Amino acid sequence: MLLHNQFEASAEQSPDKVALSVDDQCHTYAQIDQMSARLATTLQRRGVKRGDRVALFLPNSAEMVVGIYAALRVGAIFMPINPQTKPEKLHYILQDSTPTCMITDACLTSAWEEVIRRASSPHTVIISGQGSEHAPLARPFLTFAAATASDDGRVSCPGTIDQDIAAIIYTSGSTGDPKGVMLTHLNMVSAANSISTYLGLREQDTILCALPLSFDYGLYQILMAFKIAARVVLEQSFAFPVKILEIMEREEVTVFPGVPTMFSMLMGLESLARFGLPKLRMITNTAAALPERHIKEIQNLFPQARLFSMYGLTECKRVTYLPPEQLAIRPGSVGRGMPNEEVYLIDEHGNRLPPGSTGELVVRGSNVMRGYWGKPGETAKRLKPGPYPGEFVLHTGDLFRMDDEGYLYFLSRMDDIIKSRGEKVAPKEVETVLYSLEGVLEAAVVGVPDPLLGEAVKACLVLKPGYAYTEREVVKFCLAHLESFLAPKYVVFVPTLPKTNTGKIDKTALKRHSADTGGG
Amino acid sequence: MPNIKAHQRSYITENFLFGQGADISDEASFLARGVLDSTGVLELVLFLEETYSIRIPDDELLPDNLDSLNAIEAYVRRKLDGGVHAVALAHASP
Repeated sequence: MLLHNQFEASAEQSPDKVALSVDDQCHTYAQIDQMSARLATTLQRRGVKRGDRVALFLPNSAEMVVGIYAALRVGAIFMPINPQTKPEKLHYILQDSTPTCMITDACLTSAWEEVIRRASSPHTVIISGQGSEHAPLARPFLTFAAATASDDGRVSCPGTIDQDIAAIIYTSGSTGDPKGVMLTHLNMVSAANSISTYLGLREQDTILCALPLSFDYGLYQILMAFKIAARVVLEQSFAFPVKILEIMEREEVTVFPGVPTMFSMLMGLESLARFGLPKLRMITNTAAALPERHIKEIQNLFPQARLFSMYGLTECKRVTYLPPEQLAIRPGSVGRGMPNEEVYLIDEHGNRLPPGSTGELVVRGSNVMRGYWGKPGETAKRLKPGPYPGEFVLHTGDLFRMDDEGYLYFLSRMDDIIKSRGEKVAPKEVETVLYSLEGVLEAAVVGVPDPLLGEAVKACLVLKPGYAYTEREVVKFCLAHLESFLAPKYVVFVPTLPKTNTGKIDKTALKRHSADTGGG
Repeated sequence: MPNIKAHQRSYITENFLFGQGADISDEASFLARGVLDSTGVLELVLFLEETYSIRIPDDELLPDNLDSLNAIEAYVRRKLDGGVHAVALAHASP
């Protein structure tokens, strides 16, 4: 079974059903099927082959969805890239993955124009959106409209099997450079099957997705819905939460997937109580555990909905989920392994630990990634031999406690990754930018607890003599070079930073101190 | 009446665009261009409230009011005029 086969089956069975509602437009399964087939033909004609990378640098849109299935149909690997990505990072991703095709939108021109001009790949650029026909580009390009206009020819079978890579999703790593997580068709089909099984998604469901499709749980809303011919209402962002509520009411949304930041924003709304949302039957939370207080508030606000608390990593998509009936019993738990997946804890020597212990979480299953694109060293740190010959299991690098009945409680990351707004923030990536400020002598970035963001990014700076910056100046400098979720919320200036015996900045001490003294 | 659009253009350009890329056009959606995200919208709201001494209730926190320079200008003018209501959710009023 290939990832797009699930969608093709739905398109054959329910051609006239609405698959996607986006920007006040409805697209049926047959329409998405036809558009992606046409785009696939164009890709093949342009020489995009099995195993090639297709970069999708697009906002949440029908074009993104069509691009995903078109790439899969020609045996290529799709790479969804967050539309907020700044030119420096986009340049890195394109250099790292060398896609042969990029599909993007005219509204993002300022982000990709210069990058494409100096990159050697991709050879094919397809541009959607208003003004795409006038895009300033040194090399030939196609408009999305032209690329999906012709109905001539059929997609010739690329010979894909389920061991082939279906997607590469870039994620931040502790080393600073983003890492491309390679996921096979088998990985993604397995994860989609397991998750939709335990959630109990139905064909009649309408799922509201305001998570970016470049974020794996956003992407899976499409993959899972299209597997069972459900409908997705796609929104570009959660920036206007009242608009989202209004849409949920109008579209009779039954499933709402979110991250803790979204739920915090919802709870801060005065007008929330006006929205009854009687059809809402399921709320799912991922990225980070919800604070217990928020769990209670969500249950009070939406008593009609079952709440699933979950935990996952891009490297295997989903790790655990807590069945809603367990919420009252163990609200602090992120649950247990999902169907067709085994999870267990190990000590520092790799020995398996019994329930009741604390240790590093290991994941075993068909959902575990194939590695990081072009990074065998990084891959070897995460993927280690499993119980059977040739098998690899995922060492998550996350520290958990397991209770006597096998339920897991997240304790901390073993490295210093910060999770802010559901996004991973690699301190090194932020520190690199801070160090490019002329007056910065030392920079250390840590996460501090934040009720809205989960964790907020805090920068501690030691300045060179004779230099002075305001907090706002530093934040603005970071915003100019990083996606907004990477920029510090707090900046403090200190005379020195704590050091370890080996002279490295002692993040643990710094975090402890920051937690004691709060964000500011 | 203050020149709302010019003022907002310089605020957006200075705080969210950082001189990178082309100037933002009057009708361009901040969200679609990736100029603003959730936190950016909240910053913008605070700035508008302080600058024009207005209060923006959350049921007016809508793209129709805030997602482009044109929208902001029209919205702020309606708020300053007082008499005309801003775009709010149709069903939101009791």
